Amino acid sequence: MSAFWSAWVTVITLAVILGCTWLLLATRKSEPHKEATEETLGHEFDGIEEYDNPLPSWWFQMFLATVVFGLVYLVMYPGFGNFQGLLGWSSTGQWEEEMQHAEETYKPLFAKYATLSVEELQNEEAGLKMGQRMFANNCSLCHGSTGTGAYGFPNLTDSDWLYGGDAATIKASITNGRNGGMPPWGAVLGEEGVRDVTSYVLSLSGQQVDADSAAKGKTQYQALCTACHGADGTGLQALGAPNLTDDTWLYGGSFEKVAHTIRNGRNGVMPAHKTLLSEDKIHLITAYVYSLSNK
Amino acid sequence: MSTATEHPTYNYKVVRQFAIMTVIWGIVGMTVGVLIAAQLVWPALNFDIPWLTYGRLRPLHTNAVIFAFGGCALFATSYYVVQRTCQTRLFGGGLAAFTFWGWQAVIVAAAITLPLGLTSSKEYAELEWPIDLLIAVVWVCYAIVFLGTVKMRKTSHIYVGNWFYMAFIITVAVLHIVNSAAMPVTLWKSYSVYPGAVDAMVQWWYGHNAVGFFLTAGFLGMMYYFVPKQAERPIYSYRLSIVHFWALIATYMWAGGHHLHYTALPDWTQSLAMVMSLILLAPSWGGMINGMMTLSGAWHKLRTDPVLRFLVVSLSFYGMSTFEGPMMSIKTVNALSHYTDWTVGHVHAGALGWVAMISIGAVYHMIPRLFGKAQMYSVGLINTHFWLATIGTVLYICSMWVNGILQGLMWRAVNEDGTLTYSFVEALEASHPGFFVRWLGGVFFLTGMVLMAFNVWQTVRKGSTAPAADAAAQAA
Repeated sequence: MSAFWSAWVTVITLAVILGCTWLLLATRKSEPHKEATEETLGHEFDGIEEYDNPLPSWWFQMFLATVVFGLVYLVMYPGFGNFQGLLGWSSTGQWEEEMQHAEETYKPLFAKYATLSVEELQNEEAGLKMGQRMFANNCSLCHGSTGTGAYGFPNLTDSDWLYGGDAATIKASITNGRNGGMPPWGAVLGEEGVRDVTSYVLSLSGQQVDADSAAKGKTQYQALCTACHGADGTGLQALGAPNLTDDTWLYGGSFEKVAHTIRNGRNGVMPAHKTLLSEDKIHLITAYVYSLSNK
Repeated sequence: MSTATEHPTYNYKVVRQFAIMTVIWGIVGMTVGVLIAAQLVWPALNFDIPWLTYGRLRPLHTNAVIFAFGGCALFATSYYVVQRTCQTRLFGGGLAAFTFWGWQAVIVAAAITLPLGLTSSKEYAELEWPIDLLIAVVWVCYAIVFLGTVKMRKTSHIYVGNWFYMAFIITVAVLHIVNSAAMPVTLWKSYSVYPGAVDAMVQWWYGHNAVGFFLTAGFLGMMYYFVPKQAERPIYSYRLSIVHFWALIATYMWAGGHHLHYTALPDWTQSLAMVMSLILLAPSWGGMINGMMTLSGAWHKLRTDPVLRFLVVSLSFYGMSTFEGPMMSIKTVNALSHYTDWTVGHVHAGALGWVAMISIGAVYHMIPRLFGKAQMYSVGLINTHFWLATIGTVLYICSMWVNGILQGLMWRAVNEDGTLTYSFVEALEASHPGFFVRWLGGVFFLTGMVLMAFNVWQTVRKGSTAPAADAAAQAA
């Protein structure tokens, strides 16, 4: 803030506080009655009169006390424009101090587990518990408090993995996030094409479908879908392309839902956590997630 | 309306219209409130219909109770008070009628657009730009009518109640126009002209002063007329009026930043907001003292007069919530209370206990006089309404205190490894009993309003006509 605005803030702040104080003191001083009175101001409005009673003294003193507290506070803490206050306090400073304190207090606790591998951590009950608590506060909003997922958010407790369920891949998913993009094919396939491909896709997991439609869909599937989902439909973990031959469906497995996915595409996002959580914490969360499907 | 109730001097028609709509919008707004309170207890109650989801109905509730119920109460009482204390007819002829129909149009537009999900997303200023323009026009006309009437007054001085009404009308115009400044992109979509943290500061400068000027100054104007009138006692201290009026409007302006403690707002802004909020305690209490002390020598009337009881209890809730507010603005307290149900409870201590109760008392005072009746159809029903409203408010704010402190403590609880003890959903689960009690409190309050509507209806239809002498006395 420029010197002008700093001075402006200071001046109008003081003007309001001191102006109120002046009004309070001047009114108090000019009181003709120091005790309760029956005397009125002599005006009358629709039958309402006004007594000329003094300001209640406890109220007067309370008012002054808040003014004194306020002025002292503004000398000690930031408030008068650029003046930082005598205590040198700032919210950023307080946050940094608390973070440093937390770092010193908790770092050794996490460091103890950082040297163990995710597989070794499966026997560390206390460490897994810490991972679970962090999961509850960082992951459960999408994946559910027990990790069973929700519509559009993968179940972490089964053995079906979009990107792979080994420790290193889970950690990579948490650290860097994932972007699961399925392109929309409605414009390319046309509505009939979408329904044919849907029939074929559903036939991959052994569902009853219209055989003619599925046969037509197979040709289009082989032209458009195999690059990611594979010729046999078992998917490709390197791209996060789901296996279409099982009965796990991230966005629903009904005919209409699958058709919708093919027609309009999907865009699943797992946010990157490397800027939010320290490496040691991600390590423990990885161990906890790993434990969900490796009992 | 029969012409028999036309007043020779005053324009009572517009007052009657606003007074009746106060009751109707009160029931509508509180019904929506009870519904969304129920949705928090039984989430299935949105029936998976987008228009009935919490996120859309919550702004409808706040807009309906603040601007429809509270707004109509302020229009009705300010037009009534300004005429009677200035002893002159409302200025501006048809302009007053325009403010009535314009304001109703704003409310209906809000009731349609908010459930459709059309929102500027600014709290208490959700309405989109075409409605904002209409509000601005109606409000400027309101200012012309009110200030014009004060200018034409036949009394030498301006009564204290009118100072507060004037401060409320002028400031709300400024707040609304500045905060709603937006760039329209389509008929029903606009973007605020302010960026990031500045937008947040402008929004809460508006939001807090909506509380300070709409819900406090305006209703203090109401208090300064109806309390002495109903108690038939002089105002306790004219000096106190002066000091607390000027100090209140000067310091309220600064306090908005306390809604943004520990955010991206610069530290100096947060400190100033906290200091001004603390200094605000005495000016706020000045109004409570002046109202309460006006009753000295008339306390016995509380035993027989439920209308006076509404007015006095509203002052108690006002005093309580204006103590709570400065306390919650202290950063240390705010660190616990912010984002919890405590804030919701605090708002309702003011909204139900103060704003609604004083409005209800004022409407009960005005209705017989406006419709030329001797008294309300049933004084017993007013008494029942009083107890329903009081119990409802107490249930509401106590459950929110418990929930708020519970949530604040659960959110900050940390294990010895530095991880949070509870996830968000665990705190939500623990809040469930409190949500139920809050809903129950709302049902009590709403039931009272329904009794009021019945009582008002019966008074207008049947109530005994005031003897001529009485009517003349009222006119004087």
